Amino acid sequence: MRPTVRVGWRASVGLSGDILAALPVPLAFPLLVALYYGESPLPFVAAIAVSVALGAGFRRLGDPNSNLGPREAFLAVALIWFLVAVVGAIPFVVAGDGTTAHPVNALFESMSGLTTTGATVLVDFSVHSRSVMMWRQVIQWLGGLGILILATAVLSEVGVGGAQLMESETQTQDINKLAPKISRTAQLIWGIYFGLTGLAVVVYFLLGLAVDPRMDLYNAVAHAFTSVATAGFSPEPLSVGAFHPAIQWAVVPFMVIGSTSFVLIYFAINGEPMRLLKNEEFHFYLGAMALFASIVALGLFFDPGIGYGVEGTLRHAVFNVVSIVTTTGYASTDYVTWAPAAKHILFMGMFVGGMVGSTTCSIKSLRWLVALKSFRRNLYTAIHPEAVRPVRISEKPIDEGAIRDIYAYLLLSIVIFFLLTVVIVVDAERSGLRVTEFEALGAAATTFLNIGPAFGAAGPYGTFATFPMSTRAVMVVLMWIGRIEIIPVLVLFTKAFWTS
Amino acid sequence: MHVVVIGAGEVGTSIAASLASDHEVVVVDVDPDRAEQLKYELDVLTIAGDGTSSEIQTAADVGRADMVIACTDNDQTNLVACGTAKTLGDGFTIARVKSTDFLRTWQGNEGAFGVDFMVCTDLLTAENIVRVIGLPAAVDVDPFAGGLVQMAEFEIAEGSPVAGQTVSEADRFESLTFVGLFRDGEMTIPRGDTGITVGDRAVVIGSPESVQAFATDVAPQTTPGRADEIVVVGGSEIGYQTARLLEERDFKPRVIEQDSGRARWLAENLPKTVVMEHDATDAEFLTREHVDEADIVVTALGSDEKNLLISVLAKRLGVDRVIAVVDSPDYVTVFEEIGIDIAINPRTVTAEEITRFTYESVAENIAVLENDQAEVLELELTEGCGLVGRPISEIVAETDARFVIGAITRDHALVTPRGDTVLQAGDHVILLAESDAIGAITSMA
Repeated sequence: MRPTVRVGWRASVGLSGDILAALPVPLAFPLLVALYYGESPLPFVAAIAVSVALGAGFRRLGDPNSNLGPREAFLAVALIWFLVAVVGAIPFVVAGDGTTAHPVNALFESMSGLTTTGATVLVDFSVHSRSVMMWRQVIQWLGGLGILILATAVLSEVGVGGAQLMESETQTQDINKLAPKISRTAQLIWGIYFGLTGLAVVVYFLLGLAVDPRMDLYNAVAHAFTSVATAGFSPEPLSVGAFHPAIQWAVVPFMVIGSTSFVLIYFAINGEPMRLLKNEEFHFYLGAMALFASIVALGLFFDPGIGYGVEGTLRHAVFNVVSIVTTTGYASTDYVTWAPAAKHILFMGMFVGGMVGSTTCSIKSLRWLVALKSFRRNLYTAIHPEAVRPVRISEKPIDEGAIRDIYAYLLLSIVIFFLLTVVIVVDAERSGLRVTEFEALGAAATTFLNIGPAFGAAGPYGTFATFPMSTRAVMVVLMWIGRIEIIPVLVLFTKAFWTS
Repeated sequence: MHVVVIGAGEVGTSIAASLASDHEVVVVDVDPDRAEQLKYELDVLTIAGDGTSSEIQTAADVGRADMVIACTDNDQTNLVACGTAKTLGDGFTIARVKSTDFLRTWQGNEGAFGVDFMVCTDLLTAENIVRVIGLPAAVDVDPFAGGLVQMAEFEIAEGSPVAGQTVSEADRFESLTFVGLFRDGEMTIPRGDTGITVGDRAVVIGSPESVQAFATDVAPQTTPGRADEIVVVGGSEIGYQTARLLEERDFKPRVIEQDSGRARWLAENLPKTVVMEHDATDAEFLTREHVDEADIVVTALGSDEKNLLISVLAKRLGVDRVIAVVDSPDYVTVFEEIGIDIAINPRTVTAEEITRFTYESVAENIAVLENDQAEVLELELTEGCGLVGRPISEIVAETDARFVIGAITRDHALVTPRGDTVLQAGDHVILLAESDAIGAITSMA
């Protein structure tokens, strides 16, 4: 007997249709840029046409009356991220410039943007039009907070399903609702996001006026989009390193804010800063950055091959550590030239990530904190088997089920990370390209954890175009899985999801 | 006074017995046999029936009552009984509850449920246990302002670190006031430069935490400190409240609880306590976890038999002090006879608290010190009384009477009195005064 499909897939498809139909709004921005600079508007017109058509089709196929339960939410999350990445690739293909003319490369660039990874396949930045370069920035900004929160704000009629979506998006048991209605919560968070981005534009632009004419309005907007989103694309081949040191310093706080829990930022803005300042996850992640940055700074300072001077050493250490830990992926200098020790610290930093409920990717500090505390608890209970000791974060006991989920997530991440490393090494070898293990590990971590540049040829001033096309295709899938935190994608491949 | 007691259990009977001689007491109980029996035991009027019913309350003449005490074993019954009483008359209502939830609700808005005074049995018992644990060196300890403030009297023994110090040297705690010093039977109101010598008795008023800290200073040998092992057996409400209060006083107790769900709950709610999930009657476990080396063991399991067993076991294993919660008042002496250091009965504690409350006028809670030489009073200041709206230094300057204000509580929070503290209506003022000055002070309040 054929098993019956019991997932209300039409609800998920319908919701995806709604999102696709809303995509012309962000696509209009690079379109305006194209018109302003007198470039071809065709890439965006084509993408708008496709998204409208696809959106309408999906909406017809979808069923607005069916319920959006947890399974439908999982399916919708996976679908939406994939479909938006596909539509996002259209402008690159239609523009037909440089490496991104190839559909796989275009999809890589688009997925890298949407997942706020920031790994690029661009080789020569100068062949691309300003509007296409701006589209890269916009798609990262959209990916930053999750287009899903936007979706829940726009589509308030989703109701309970909206809450379901947010939970599968952040994988936290206990989503702090700021308002009784999920749509209102999404609006508040979206508002903060808008506000911070606006602030970044103003700060960068004013600094640009003062110290660096290259930071014009175009660049201020482009970098504001990708700093609060902790995303990492830059229209400049030298990334933020192209600008005056003062601007590099100014980017640091925006990356940090972007990887701080937006819920806690909301409370901090609304007169309850202690909730943020007393948060253990916040301490952990600031502490990790401070520790890594000091080690890197010391390493650079005593490295005879590097002569940045005191301010330069400090700036490059802080900037690149913050950029890597927050999974932004900007660079202030080509750290590939650093000594192995400093690079390994950066590699370690890749796995930390910012706070849950922020725009950051990677493992995230909360999971590390819970795992470490639970490990410490296990040491204690090894001596006192009868002791009952809940794991506490910021004094709040963590549910044992959540701890098991975190272990499962960590284990899965490690397995996938190593599998991806093997794929990269083997596939490179097959196509006659030599990558060192460290470069392969870095490339695997950086795509799967959505960080951005890696080491070697894929370093901050390099490109992922050097990897074979097949590897890049695998990376596209892994960025997708990594951004929606594994489980929502993997459950789609279980039989129980579809039938029981 | 016309007093209606609802519930003729241990607590109700005990209260009725102590009030019967001086007051007109009516006891209501659902059990007709119990009511009948009580009529012959005590000189009281008994009514059989549901104490929450207005019909029965009318029969008990609640409308005319000065005081209604609801002390059945059921929280809700007691609250409803008080609520009913408020619809019939204007008597002062007292409710006994077990749940600290109800107590918190009531503290948030006194008068809630129609209750004028609420006694929480389990909390009261836990407070008693913690007092016994924490201040073995004290000659006398009394709680004031619903437990927010403690008065304690310590004898300064040979070798006490404060002997030879001045009061200002000894008084190093934020919310503690040195109110009296007895030397050779004579009371002095101490000033900063008054010296403390061996054999003196010092009276302090302050928060329970600061009194605890002071006790550690006065008698470090006998007062348990942070290093002392305190084990609470049984995570009942009493066990939980005991551990919580111990945590507040900076101890790190251990709690042994057999039920895994309850153990988890305790561990989540007691951050500084180590909770062990095991059967405490397992001697091997007790030895493995070094419970035999504990300084103090409190047994707070639900059953007297188990508490007895564990108390005896703990004593045999060599625990210094064992404090047992005993549910049945009859067993208290049995526990003490076989060598358990202290047996505490929650019902007796509750009955004593309610009775003490009924003895005194509503606004005053009194402790008498050293053969009536001085008294510690708690005054609730009302709008328009002579003390309101003035700083303490001004009041002291114009009064001949010798007294010291030890503590003030305002909206359930402790305010440490200073010369410039302005008293407000609604404040509870805890002060020590020479006995012959009492009249002058109460006339101002």
